[in-house]
Amino acid sequence: MADTVIELRNIVKRFGKVVANNGVNLSVRKGEIHAIVGENGAGKSTLMKILYGLYHPDCGEIILNGCKISRNTPQNAIKNGIGMVHQHFMLIPPLTVTENVILGIEPAKKGILDLAFAAKEIQSLSDKFNLKIDPSKKIEELSVGENQRVEIIKVLYRGAEILILDEPTAVLTPQEVKEFFGVIKNLVSQGKTVIIITHKLDEVMDISDRITVMKQGRTINTLDTAKTSPREIARIMVGRDVLLKVDKKPMETGNTILSVENLSVMKNASVHALKEISFQIKAGEILGIAGVEGNGQTELIEAIMGLNIEKIVSGKVSLMDMEMSKKSTKYRLKSGFSHIPEDRHKRGLVLEFSVRDNLILGRHNDFSASGFLQEKSINSYSETLINDFDIRPPDADVAAEGLSGGNQQKIIVAREFSRNFEFLLAAQPTRGVDIGAIEFIHRRIIAARDEGKAVLLVSAELSEILSLSDTIAVLYKGRIAKIFNASSTNENELGAFMTGAAS
Amino acid sequence: MSDILGSMISLAFLSQVIRISVPYVLAGMGGVFSERSGIVNIALEGMMLNGAFAYVLGTFLTGDPVAGVISGVLCGMLTGLVHGIVSIRFKANQIISGVAINLLSVGMTKYFLKIFFDSSSNSARVAGIESFSVLPYNSEFADTINGIFGNPLIILTIAIVVFSHLTIFKTVFGLRLRSVGEHPEAADTLGVKVNLIRYMCVILSGALAGLGGVWLAVDQHQFTDGMSNGRGFIALAAVIFGKWSPIGVAFGCLLFGFAESMQITLQSSGADIPTQFVQMIPYVLTIIALAGFIGKSMPPAASGVVFEKDN
Repeated sequence: MADTVIELRNIVKRFGKVVANNGVNLSVRKGEIHAIVGENGAGKSTLMKILYGLYHPDCGEIILNGCKISRNTPQNAIKNGIGMVHQHFMLIPPLTVTENVILGIEPAKKGILDLAFAAKEIQSLSDKFNLKIDPSKKIEELSVGENQRVEIIKVLYRGAEILILDEPTAVLTPQEVKEFFGVIKNLVSQGKTVIIITHKLDEVMDISDRITVMKQGRTINTLDTAKTSPREIARIMVGRDVLLKVDKKPMETGNTILSVENLSVMKNASVHALKEISFQIKAGEILGIAGVEGNGQTELIEAIMGLNIEKIVSGKVSLMDMEMSKKSTKYRLKSGFSHIPEDRHKRGLVLEFSVRDNLILGRHNDFSASGFLQEKSINSYSETLINDFDIRPPDADVAAEGLSGGNQQKIIVAREFSRNFEFLLAAQPTRGVDIGAIEFIHRRIIAARDEGKAVLLVSAELSEILSLSDTIAVLYKGRIAKIFNASSTNENELGAFMTGAAS
Repeated sequence: MSDILGSMISLAFLSQVIRISVPYVLAGMGGVFSERSGIVNIALEGMMLNGAFAYVLGTFLTGDPVAGVISGVLCGMLTGLVHGIVSIRFKANQIISGVAINLLSVGMTKYFLKIFFDSSSNSARVAGIESFSVLPYNSEFADTINGIFGNPLIILTIAIVVFSHLTIFKTVFGLRLRSVGEHPEAADTLGVKVNLIRYMCVILSGALAGLGGVWLAVDQHQFTDGMSNGRGFIALAAVIFGKWSPIGVAFGCLLFGFAESMQITLQSSGADIPTQFVQMIPYVLTIIALAGFIGKSMPPAASGVVFEKDN
């Protein structure tokens, strides 16, 4: 058996009343790729932040190479050879790779930077681990994948032997993921140890040696990747049988509600984001858009909601035979559109506003008389919604930014489900949302469908698409690769179309 | 017209451009350090005014212009510290802090003018700073050269520009101050002390703007009420114009100095142009330069953004 480099024993971490880690045990061997999987909110990131010294556990022990670490800070963690690549990059765009890497531990003579020396060192690290980074480039000139490799160089430059990667593939395209896995394998082959956090099971199977599954703040089990299957992991992760199959009645469709015809949208002056997209959604139908992020989903959402009219070069969007292509977003919402936006912070909420104000956002006219907001009706309305949608804490006055991601999302869901709508566009409706809220939102979407609404579901989670949709369209490079009947396809088949392996 | 052109390409004109530009350049360097570290500094104006007054008072009380220069610089640093405490420690809006400091400086200098010099408009005359001879001849040419390159403050200003450039782009401190102004969170995760660097920069900024004020008082051998007269704001425009790079900013300041000299020359030449239009030249130039001439000027990303450490 290989040596154990890190051992965590019975780690507990509470934030107020929330127990993020509740008796976590983990042991990582030298030179392995150890994956930590679990749903959002299972406590993966908290655990890694404890290991890196950003949080201090309420109790439990961290043992590194056989020695107990008493006071763990990021500085100490770095000294002990632990490096972390954060989910959100910590890079300074106008500075060069060299400057970013050396910041904080600059090689210098009498305060004068020795950039040439640093660049040479970085170049040799880049060559050694095949990272293909030019130290003289500025960060703003690099792609997302390259940014990530710069973060890895940053960690290696500080002498890390153990690398913690927090959701490293979330921002990468499939090609970049492939390349990135090559980099990780290279690191391990040269003696480094890698801990990778993710919730994507296929990636885990691809890359890891062992897998630790977390659920509700506990480590449930550690498995050898070679001896397990995605099915088994999913069952442990979710706590019931694979693929959160949502109970739903067979589809009963009515008339066509939304139709999109030959829609083409530009990304910039020369590149298409969408090319000749056509589909229809009938009343009582959920159409799921599957695809790797960045294949035109955002542009499709914007085009349907009228948020990027200037980029549309051709095509029609209609709601029940009313042409909407040139109409404003406001008009569309009035005519029966409803929209759960992709990015709740950017488009769904005003974070500084109270829950109450967010619940009536964009509907102020419905709650005002001669230009004055009607507090009474707003209050009773928001109380009702907070109750019906189980928004916690149940306080209309608290600012939206004070709520968890799941409850923030519920504010949006509450608002959007309580307007008069015929068509719902649900974009990443459960992104960054805890398990309970996911189920709740899924049930609401199914209920809307059963009431005869048309639903367009855009999600990066294939399992979500598969369990909710009646029909599935795969979006690849701005085109619809194929439209499937949801009951007659599976993850593998969709995956092949999503990556362009099949067409 | 040719007379005017003739007088504009003379050595005397060049000398005038440089003399007018010096306070802009000094305040501009102050602006660069402050803004590069993430603190918007419209208090440059007040810092100059305080520096000018402190020079006159220091020289008046000690009889030594060197002591005057030191008190001018110290007073600027103190003003910088106040701006730092308000905007870093108390996380106040940096524009408002700057406005308050500017107003406070006008009032305070007026108050002390009354106390020490019993006047509401100007101080007593004090000694200036002697130039030394670079060219030991007596000719108009030699006098002009001596007036520029023999003036310790001009030499110091040139040195400061070079020094600022090297500091910002070639030293450890410079890298850290740039990183703090662009992405304080990233700098923090790497162990850089964000607020310490910001304090250092805003105090340095005060020292430089204070020295700019010293120049104004040295040039006139006295303090007059409100003598900074908007120069701090012009310097700020030059900071944007020079894209936050010391050399660029210095050239921006020279351009404004040139415009101002041109205005003076035109006015004294008796050319048949309404004076109001002539007086507009530097400001029109400022607007044109900022609006279109320089293209996109990107400020440090975190300039004006309070850094709050996440626990």
